[in-house]
Amino acid sequence: MRGDSQKLFGITLAPMNQRRLQNFKKNRRGYWSLWIFIVLFGLSLLAEIIANDKPIIVFYDDQAYFPIVQALPETHFGGEFKTETDYHDPYVQNLISAKGWMIWPLIQYNYKTVAYKLPTPAPSAPDFDHWLGTDDQARDVVARLLYGMRISILFGLLLTAISAVIGVTAGAIQGYFGGVLDLIAQRFIEIWSGLPTLYILIIVSSVLVPSFWTLLGILMLFSWVGFVGVVRAEFLKVRNYDYIRSAKALGVSDRMIMYRHILPNAIVATLTFLPFTLTAAITGLTSLDFLGLGLPAGSASLGELLAQGKANLQAPWLGLTAFVSLAIMLSLLVFIGEAVRDAFDPRKLFNGDRS
Amino acid sequence: MSVLVDNSTEEEQALLDITSLSVQFHGEEETVDAVAGITYKLMEGQTVALVGESGSGKSVSALSILQLLPYPQAQHPQGSSIKYRGKEIIGADDATMRDIRGNKISIIFQEPMTSLNPLHTIEKQINEVLFVHKGMSKIEARKRTLELLKLVGIKNPAGRLKSYPHELSGGQRQRVMIAMALANEPDLLIADEPTTALDVTIQAQILELLKELQDKLGMSILLITHDLGIVRKMADRVCVMTEGQIVEQGPTEKIFSQPEHAYTQELLAAEPQGKPVEANSEAPEIMACEDIKVHFPVKRGILRRTVSYIKAVDGISLTLQQGHTIGIVGESGSGKTTLGLALLRLISSKGAIRFDGKSIAKTKGSQLRSLRQEMQIVFQDPYGSLSPRLSIGQIIEEGLKVHRLGGNAKEREALIVEALNEVGLNPENRHRYPHEFSGGQRQRIAIARAMVLKPRFLVLDEPTSALDMSVQAQIVDLLRSLQVKHNLTYLFISHDLKVVRTLADNVIVMKDGKAVETGTAKEIFEAPQTAYTQALIKAAFDLEVVNQEAISA
Repeated sequence: MRGDSQKLFGITLAPMNQRRLQNFKKNRRGYWSLWIFIVLFGLSLLAEIIANDKPIIVFYDDQAYFPIVQALPETHFGGEFKTETDYHDPYVQNLISAKGWMIWPLIQYNYKTVAYKLPTPAPSAPDFDHWLGTDDQARDVVARLLYGMRISILFGLLLTAISAVIGVTAGAIQGYFGGVLDLIAQRFIEIWSGLPTLYILIIVSSVLVPSFWTLLGILMLFSWVGFVGVVRAEFLKVRNYDYIRSAKALGVSDRMIMYRHILPNAIVATLTFLPFTLTAAITGLTSLDFLGLGLPAGSASLGELLAQGKANLQAPWLGLTAFVSLAIMLSLLVFIGEAVRDAFDPRKLFNGDRS
Repeated sequence: MSVLVDNSTEEEQALLDITSLSVQFHGEEETVDAVAGITYKLMEGQTVALVGESGSGKSVSALSILQLLPYPQAQHPQGSSIKYRGKEIIGADDATMRDIRGNKISIIFQEPMTSLNPLHTIEKQINEVLFVHKGMSKIEARKRTLELLKLVGIKNPAGRLKSYPHELSGGQRQRVMIAMALANEPDLLIADEPTTALDVTIQAQILELLKELQDKLGMSILLITHDLGIVRKMADRVCVMTEGQIVEQGPTEKIFSQPEHAYTQELLAAEPQGKPVEANSEAPEIMACEDIKVHFPVKRGILRRTVSYIKAVDGISLTLQQGHTIGIVGESGSGKTTLGLALLRLISSKGAIRFDGKSIAKTKGSQLRSLRQEMQIVFQDPYGSLSPRLSIGQIIEEGLKVHRLGGNAKEREALIVEALNEVGLNPENRHRYPHEFSGGQRQRIAIARAMVLKPRFLVLDEPTSALDMSVQAQIVDLLRSLQVKHNLTYLFISHDLKVVRTLADNVIVMKDGKAVETGTAKEIFEAPQTAYTQALIKAAFDLEVVNQEAISA
């Protein structure tokens, strides 16, 4: 019988989902991985406040300013230039501390800030100022890591979400209607997924100017295919069930049947797939960046950091940082994925039930 | 485990001696007592039947004899004892159990479809048993397998050796299962609902076979069933089980003639009863079809040319008057369900269909959709016909939304409550999900889903076949009262002639897509003309095999 209804973010969960949530929580490794991932992702979303070359608050002349969101010319603080204030300039710092104070972020550099006062030539080794050293263009590695992680994860999430929508739709239509449509679409997908993805990516990205959005588009051309199989199989199976026939006998339209009756079944298969697609998306972007075909020069990216590590073997902190952070992020996602998969596994769900 | 005193000296030693056997399932939160202290004995050569409704613990108690339960979630509390020839089975080591399983005690399950491995040939599956227990060589095993297949009455056994399970019919599969079970000449055969999934005609054949084999081999049978007809025919002793306990046991004759316990009496009275509704013979025609044909093409070769057709329905005509019920009977595969679906325009067919005087054979799109409100269907499997992810209320509401009935949400809610009341369910439960209901309740929900649209014509596709006997009786009563109340017209599809007799006033007997006999229920049941109908009726009411050549193997 029905257990106590449990709420997740205010949504009342069906008993089946409650049990899945319980199963997910029971997998300690996956559960903790999820929290660690959420915290890391949350931190990277706040990258502007954690790592920036502008102070969070400037209190000057009895008035508070937020340089991160507002651009202030140096003249505003009584300086010489009409350009935006360089808060690292000792001259400006003196001007501000004379009439007020400012609070700096934890890391006083953002991903493109070039640190000019390095004790050694760039890339410099880790010290108290630059916790993980700087790269070969004297930019702070921690800041670049933080921003790079953000862009990777956002890219991955967006790519996964869009390709899931396309893939699920394609799979649903194929599975539900079957027949010639399914036959043609399946052959197309077979040819499509037989194409050497990486070469095509390299060719396309050498024609188009690489940017966040063009890369997203290019990678999406291939990543939606992964969802089609599972969703199509689920639709093929469920469309013959009696409750689908009952719905047809009630006169429910095909669209409603697909959406209301079959899709929830396919969602399970899709959800199980998501974390792994996410890792694939992140790896994809990283490898493009590593090859220099990815995000435009100067953007923070893990792949670019890896490439720098390869180019500067005398500065192991570059390669190690990129490697370790990628390894941790991908492992976390895989652990989460495993836990989700187990949580949705009906055999784990129903063990012990027997008539 | 406690060692009990061996009392075999007192009397003839029982083959199987079960003393206060309990089975507990330990769930995450709660412990379920599936079996609570049952005691019975099984003598050499005897047939004992465990009778009870689903959930009474009969299967669990039988599985514990072979220690096949999912241990350690399942546990036998202190004091439980199962003795096979005086030897304790509970807690026996793996080697002992392996020797007993399949060698001394065999089991056949209900579902022959899933009990055989679809990837292996019949020969391989039977041989395996012989290899494991007898250590036979390949040639010996082949010989023995042939013998066994002959023994269980498979025609052309040598040709069947290389067949895969999907190439056999349900009855043949069950025969193969029996052959496997008998491979090592067991002392005891546990038959767990051996015929429930089979047609009545096949059921009669299998029961006949079991009896024959018992005489020939002198084994004991522990028969688990919910069907009292089978018990009466097969068993020497009966144990009536409910809620994990044996409430009454004794010789079959005594249980049937003088049932003592209230539950036994209830069970005996639980057959679907009553007569069809007396309908107005002048009533207008509501559904009619002429020469309906549904042919599925069989395609072969690279070019997928159509080489032949499977004639699922091959020229059936019928006329149904308002308020009447027509029964469609026949073995599985005879095209009954296909006919029902064709009449509802759920699959395409050839031939004329008239509903309410208008031809609907070519109706399409929104016209067809609005027609759906007036003709509804209730399916056989109450577990498969309700979407598991929607609440009962949502399931019933769906049709209302599609046909824009009952205006706003509140009015729809009132209609849902009314429909649930009508089928005898508590409307308070409308926010619950299908899995929280029993089979009979689910079938009521499926009926409510159809009834909420106030249809005039209802196709009932084996609505009672998946249910316990007493629940069947309730559903039949419900259907009858709904018919009277709303002047409904039924097309009742079933292989169970007992149920058909209680509902239908006209009957069509189908075989291989064709109507072999048509007539009023009285004519068909009292004076069947064709051999096929006679065989069906004999098998259904007396569990006997007649006119074997008229029915399928």
